[in-house]
Amino acid sequence: MLNINKEKNGNELTFILEGRLDTTTAPTLEGELKGEVDGITSLIFNLKDLEYISSAGLRVLLSAQKVMNKQGSMVIRGANDDIMEIFEVTGFSDILTIE
Amino acid sequence: MSELTIEARTDKLDEVLAFVDKGLEELDCPVKVQMQIDVAVEEIFVNIASYAYGQKEGMATLQFNENEDKTAVTITFMDEGVPYDPLVKPDPDITLKAEDRPIGGLGIFMVKKSMDRVDYEYRNGKNCLTIVKSING
Repeated sequence: MLNINKEKNGNELTFILEGRLDTTTAPTLEGELKGEVDGITSLIFNLKDLEYISSAGLRVLLSAQKVMNKQGSMVIRGANDDIMEIFEVTGFSDILTIE
Repeated sequence: MSELTIEARTDKLDEVLAFVDKGLEELDCPVKVQMQIDVAVEEIFVNIASYAYGQKEGMATLQFNENEDKTAVTITFMDEGVPYDPLVKPDPDITLKAEDRPIGGLGIFMVKKSMDRVDYEYRNGKNCLTIVKSING
């Protein structure tokens, strides 16, 4: 289960993710991103309530980062220790901007 | 030992994880280790579901074992699909910038990094991939 909440403020878009970002739920987030990211210069992921991420979820974050490198910036906020460890093991902590 | 045999399809992932989590919860596995094991199980099962049988459908079997003093678990995945050793795949270069990082290729790398042991064997017409993980926290 993944709940996706979005907050848009001008060119800034925040995705608030709650639950599990895995093989089953990653395509939903990918679809939401594709539909919303046009014209956005600041993309924020709030992962405070994200419990789980697998490589399918990492792939979505990586594609979003690639898009945002061309049109603005992307920030990850609130990731818990378990998710941070996955970012570190995979080298994602060097690619993503994590606050 | 407990065993689950299930259609190798990604929409069965939740059932596979429920089977594994049940075993881990009975052992009072710490949440962090459970997440690492879940990630590994997801990567391996989704690989089997996506590639083992090509366009055809097939089954996957998981065997869940704990050691005698209940400090480690061993999970074996078996399928009768095309012989494939995921461990021979070279590790991705995790120092590349986002632009240069390929989208795929992370799954089995995450498994290798987070599990204590990963072994592959082709035995009796079956791919057998085994992960071992200590659950002492």
